[in-house]
Amino acid sequence: MPSEPDPPAPDADSRQIARLVKNLARYVPHNAALGIHFVSMAEGRVTLALPYDEKLVGNPLTGVVHGGAITALLDGACGLAVFVELGEPTPIATLDLRIDYLRPASPGQAVHARAECFKLTRNVAFVRCEAFHAGGEADLVAVANGTFIVFRGRAITGSEKLP
Amino acid sequence: MSALSNVVRSAKETGKVSTLVDAIPYLRFLGISMDTASGALIGKMAYSDALIGNASLPALHGGAIGALLESTAIFQALWESETIVLPKIVTITVDFLRSGRPVDTFARGVFTKEGRRVVNVSVEAWQEDPQRPIARANAIFLVEPIEA
Repeated sequence: MPSEPDPPAPDADSRQIARLVKNLARYVPHNAALGIHFVSMAEGRVTLALPYDEKLVGNPLTGVVHGGAITALLDGACGLAVFVELGEPTPIATLDLRIDYLRPASPGQAVHARAECFKLTRNVAFVRCEAFHAGGEADLVAVANGTFIVFRGRAITGSEKLP
Repeated sequence: MSALSNVVRSAKETGKVSTLVDAIPYLRFLGISMDTASGALIGKMAYSDALIGNASLPALHGGAIGALLESTAIFQALWESETIVLPKIVTITVDFLRSGRPVDTFARGVFTKEGRRVVNVSVEAWQEDPQRPIARANAIFLVEPIEA
């Protein structure tokens, strides 16, 4: 009876993707300006966090974060999920993003976004994403569905927008 | 009547929306302003490095473009509906048409439907040429009608 093969060691590409995801989460200038940071990456899902900050408020009466800040968080998480599914650094660009705001984010609390690329074709990646407060995953703040164009065969520093 | 509603009411009466824009922290943070001088409401997001999503191109972050589209849609809804409360966004769908270059970005909305509780606004963003939009969106808001 043949023995089970050893699990493959993380190859250069997957280590490169993990590094790319963490670096993009933190160093993309708009992410950095908003305070968006990497939380986790597991089973193809990428989670980012947007800490609460007064400068992100969209309604000064309620203190609720502006939808635009949530959009940046979701767009960023979706793009990184595509990189993870691709498994190698490939230029991508957001084609469209639909965001449903299920309830206002609670003032004072960070918003987490967990994205998953659930279908990848030669040219297009389909992604879904859920936003919630840590520990409150059953009470979603927002959900998003996005599509991304994938520029296979081009270098990551090519002429396309990254998330 | 909240202080914010007074600001909204005053902005609608005087046609000066800058007081309301200034009352919203995220718009100040992104450098978004609203201009009504031409008779139509035009949103503007002044370029800054903090808006960049891809430093190697460089290109604007989709989230920054989305925020300009959503904000312009909110102001258009406020402008044309009876409400004096900030409209609550229900859903927005953004199509990204071209990469956003590192320059000022503008947006204008078209108020497409008003029901008693719901307004629907479509909005386009462009940079140099309004005929070449870089993104467009459709947004649906809940509004609170003024009590009779």
